[in-house]
Amino acid sequence: MLDVENLDLAYGDSRALNGVSLSVAAGTITSVVGGNGAGKTSLIRACAGMVPAQGGRIRFDGTDITGWAPHRICDLGLGQVAEGRQIFPSLPVLDNLELGAALPRARKAAKQSLEKVFALFPRLAERKAQRAGTLSGGEQQMLAIGRCLMGLPRLIMFDEPSLGLAPAVVKEMFAIIEGLHRDGMTVLLVEQNVVHSLKIAHHAVLLENGVAAMAGTGADLLADDRVRQAYLGL
Amino acid sequence: MILDQVVTGLLTGLIYGLLALGLSVIFGVMRIVNFAHGEMSVVAMYAAWAAARYLGLDPLLSLIPIAAIFFGAGYLLQRGLIQPFVSRPDYMQFILLISVALILTNGALLVFGPEARGIQVDYAFDSYEIGTFLIDKVRLLAAGAALTLTGLLLAFFRFTLTGKAIRAAADNRTGAQVIGLDIGKLYAVTFGIGTASLGAAGVLMALLNDAIPRLGPELTLLSFVIVIVGGLGSMTGALAGGVLIGVSEALAGTLLQPSLKSMFSFALLVLILLLRPQGLLGERS
Repeated sequence: MLDVENLDLAYGDSRALNGVSLSVAAGTITSVVGGNGAGKTSLIRACAGMVPAQGGRIRFDGTDITGWAPHRICDLGLGQVAEGRQIFPSLPVLDNLELGAALPRARKAAKQSLEKVFALFPRLAERKAQRAGTLSGGEQQMLAIGRCLMGLPRLIMFDEPSLGLAPAVVKEMFAIIEGLHRDGMTVLLVEQNVVHSLKIAHHAVLLENGVAAMAGTGADLLADDRVRQAYLGL
Repeated sequence: MILDQVVTGLLTGLIYGLLALGLSVIFGVMRIVNFAHGEMSVVAMYAAWAAARYLGLDPLLSLIPIAAIFFGAGYLLQRGLIQPFVSRPDYMQFILLISVALILTNGALLVFGPEARGIQVDYAFDSYEIGTFLIDKVRLLAAGAALTLTGLLLAFFRFTLTGKAIRAAADNRTGAQVIGLDIGKLYAVTFGIGTASLGAAGVLMALLNDAIPRLGPELTLLSFVIVIVGGLGSMTGALAGGVLIGVSEALAGTLLQPSLKSMFSFALLVLILLLRPQGLLGERS
């Protein structure tokens, strides 16, 4: 569904991605793991059109979206839950959600989408009038996910959804992602929490210094000695 | 007598508020300081004058079409000229907008000449007696129009999807990109709205003051003072700052001398910067 081919990306002189290829099949969870600075966030930002790629192609559902503006890519149904949540802190929760449905593709269904999001995250419904910046970290992550769902995505790219959350909330977050997948969502998951994200992944890619160093099923990577030594400390 | 002046200042201040709102909105959303702010509103004063002189239109009527034209001009100006500068260093934006200001001032000089152009409406000398107050009809109508427009703007930003999207882009630009808001378009709309407000304020000011090219820099400075006093980026702050400066000018003009009114405004600015640097209604960053 999302096909990345030989993607090159650099910020000035420093290369972030070097010929990375990756394929996310419809209805699966694909995990990209790797250390800090491996290029995981760059990969997502390039797919979302937020940074220009120097080389390679990105296709979503057969459409070549290389070089497209972010709002056009979003409107195809490629959603994103960004690193650091990126909510609108001074706007109420409800406005945050409503803006998620500002995309042309999602505007008509905004009302039903809101009901669905509130059913999924009742806590957001309780706090809908509250300024988003006053929510707890876990609640802000729920808001970021809910806001993304409001745009009726067909594939969601999650960037470090567990970062900075308490262990119990991390578990909840992975349960939410699995739940979305069960309901038919295609997921691209980028995580530093290697064990958790490999466990739920159908397909996984290890990114090291901007290069796709290894690919396989989640279980393959979990069983690999190199991954175990470098990322699991075993 | 003094209370009369307070009321006069308050009414003028409402127009100042609308004027400053234009500056505040543009800065608050895209962090660009419009150094051509006052010059643009002088163009609106001339437009109102020309509409009155050649078409016989009362400024309260020409207000709407002129504001609409200013919206379009601001939108196009942002798209064509300012957008490439949004992510450039401050000094480049500064030079760009100073150039626009100079072009507008000299253009006005070229087209309308150096002499003052005033509008005479037939109710210019009417006034209302309310209790012990004596209020100019012109000023009251202009202030009422300014307050209405300010209210509409605040409602737009609070209740419409586009208004919320603009606030969201100001709040978190990356977040706005993440959910697919078209930032370029929102910025152009914002610049259009800011330009329409300063245009509308210019038309209303043309009812109270003569248009003259050298008024531009004065109005730019006045708007800076108001926005800083009220709180940078705060819309209600712009309104409050406008009223405060309006009253302070009127009082200084009565109690001391009209020529000292700017000195009072700047003294107020210095006081605010010392005691409450974020401005009256601004938020500490």
